[in-house]
Amino acid sequence: MKKIVRVSVLFLLMLLLAGCSKGDGEKVYVYNWGEYIDEETLELFEKETGIEVVYEEFEQNEDMYPKVQSGAVRYDVICPSDYMIQKMIENDLLAELNYDNIPNIKYIDPAYLKSAEEFDPGNKYSVPYCWGTLGILYNKTKVDEPIDSWGVLFDEKYAGEILMIESVRDGFAIALKYLGYDLNTTSEAELEEAKELLKKQYPLVQGYFVDQVRDKLIGGEAAIGVIYSGEAIYSQRENPDLEYVVPKEGSNVWIDGWVIPKNCRNKENAEAFINFMCRPDIALMNFEYITYSTPNKGAWELIQDEDIKNSPIAFPPQEVLDRCTAYRYLGEEVEQMYIEKWNEVKSE
Amino acid sequence: MNTENVSNAKTQKLTSHKNGDGIVGIKSAKWLSLPYAVWMIGFIIIPLIVIVYYGLTTVDNRFTLDNISAISSPINLKALLMALEQSLISTIICLLLAYPLAMILSKSRMRSSSFIVMIIILPMWMNFLLRTIAWQNLLERSGIINTVLKFFGLPPMNIINTPKAIILGMVYNFLPFMVLPIYNVLIKIDKDIIDAARDLGANSVQTFLKIILPLSLPGVISGITMVFVPALTTFVISNILGGSKIVLIGNVIEQQFRMGNWHVGSGLSLVLMIFILISMAILSKYDKEGEGSGLW
Repeated sequence: MKKIVRVSVLFLLMLLLAGCSKGDGEKVYVYNWGEYIDEETLELFEKETGIEVVYEEFEQNEDMYPKVQSGAVRYDVICPSDYMIQKMIENDLLAELNYDNIPNIKYIDPAYLKSAEEFDPGNKYSVPYCWGTLGILYNKTKVDEPIDSWGVLFDEKYAGEILMIESVRDGFAIALKYLGYDLNTTSEAELEEAKELLKKQYPLVQGYFVDQVRDKLIGGEAAIGVIYSGEAIYSQRENPDLEYVVPKEGSNVWIDGWVIPKNCRNKENAEAFINFMCRPDIALMNFEYITYSTPNKGAWELIQDEDIKNSPIAFPPQEVLDRCTAYRYLGEEVEQMYIEKWNEVKSE
Repeated sequence: MNTENVSNAKTQKLTSHKNGDGIVGIKSAKWLSLPYAVWMIGFIIIPLIVIVYYGLTTVDNRFTLDNISAISSPINLKALLMALEQSLISTIICLLLAYPLAMILSKSRMRSSSFIVMIIILPMWMNFLLRTIAWQNLLERSGIINTVLKFFGLPPMNIINTPKAIILGMVYNFLPFMVLPIYNVLIKIDKDIIDAARDLGANSVQTFLKIILPLSLPGVISGITMVFVPALTTFVISNILGGSKIVLIGNVIEQQFRMGNWHVGSGLSLVLMIFILISMAILSKYDKEGEGSGLW
């Protein structure tokens, strides 16, 4: 008896494993950034469409890419950033969207669709979900000067009070911009100079983080941190001493968009999901929950709070955007050079 | 179809009952090992082969040793040395803490010792990640420990994001793996041997050095392996308690895999495996000379 039970358990396990890889019409597999959605919207989607959402999160674009590229896991909808979308298009990983299934695209501000053409010409593969800038969040009570430059991140006065961002592109963007170079540079000499600057910064830095920068600044663990604009509004709500600034040297402006990988399981469900996310009331729910700027004009019009609606952090004036540049995908070789130099910084 | 299957199963069950007891015993023992065999092949041997394959090939599937020699780049070498240093220090601290504790436990009465053993195991009931994150909160600049220190007017302790915090995290997480094997060996030492040594005039230091220590060596060695190996390969502890500022070889490998460079990541893993094999070979040699038995 025992052995029959054991064998059948084993058999069942195998069946279960095999079952996982089978396609299923009533599910949509979503792969998104961590803490990047109001989960209630997922429930609403399930209720309205009867499609079950299988939701997974990643911390960095670079974590997501190999999983999708190797086909190890098949997702229906993913939300990468601009340069990563470009990389995925170039490597033929994305499926063209059928806009007949995404009528709510009309709510997306054409200005952002135009910005998105920078990395996705013709908007064939992606629908903008969130956007923002890279900047400095600082505690007004812990600094005694107005902060408007990346220079504070290299100031010995703030040794141990600085939180850097654990991201290759963002880390280099800061150094490159401070030195007056393009943040999409492919010049090894410029990168080398940026690397030397970041090396000098290493002893001043408390640590390199992504999601924790926000919590550490709210908790008063540090004075200055590098952060995405979307985290700034939430942080200010929690700790009014915090202030966000896009440094005068210029910075990065980014757009994260929904895409459908070629190896998806169900493209219609994926498009239904994207369409749902573009609905103004849903986009508003997400904006209010994650506080990352929404490109959805319909949602913006629905914002009740005038302070938020006119917030220079969430919706910065044109002159701020004018000094910000989007990342471009720089090709395998240059990318590897960035990674190697970043590792050199951290092996100080 | 279904009923047929059921009746088939029933007859099978009946026939297996009819068989002689002894034969059933051997046969079912073989059957029982099947899940482990499947497990070992599926989750140990095949992944190992995959890692060796990736480690020795380029992206376009040609043979190369570049992934292995990647360890000689200054960054990777430094990360490896750093990891070796940190895990060695942690192992020594664990040993120094665990041995006396295991001695005390083995000598105390049965009931109280099993209670203490349970207390040692207790933290392991909670997830390892949670415990490490808890340490992060304890150690942080305005964390719980510093708040308490400040309350008593003592200077704050700034060890978060330094190698010290990583060693603390390693010792805390791996200490039970050192205590338990040593304790298990110590309680099995025949008291008569110790009494005999005493009868023959050995003092307590001599008894310890000549009887207890050599006999407990197998436990010490398995403890060292169980602490040293995970400490050498960890990347979670150094990430959480080191603020990504301290890069150990485990972090380098993790990053290579995260960035999609599986070939270099596998090559470096192979190098790390070689280091682990060397350390185990040295240890097991020592074990034989120390007349240890069992466990290995």
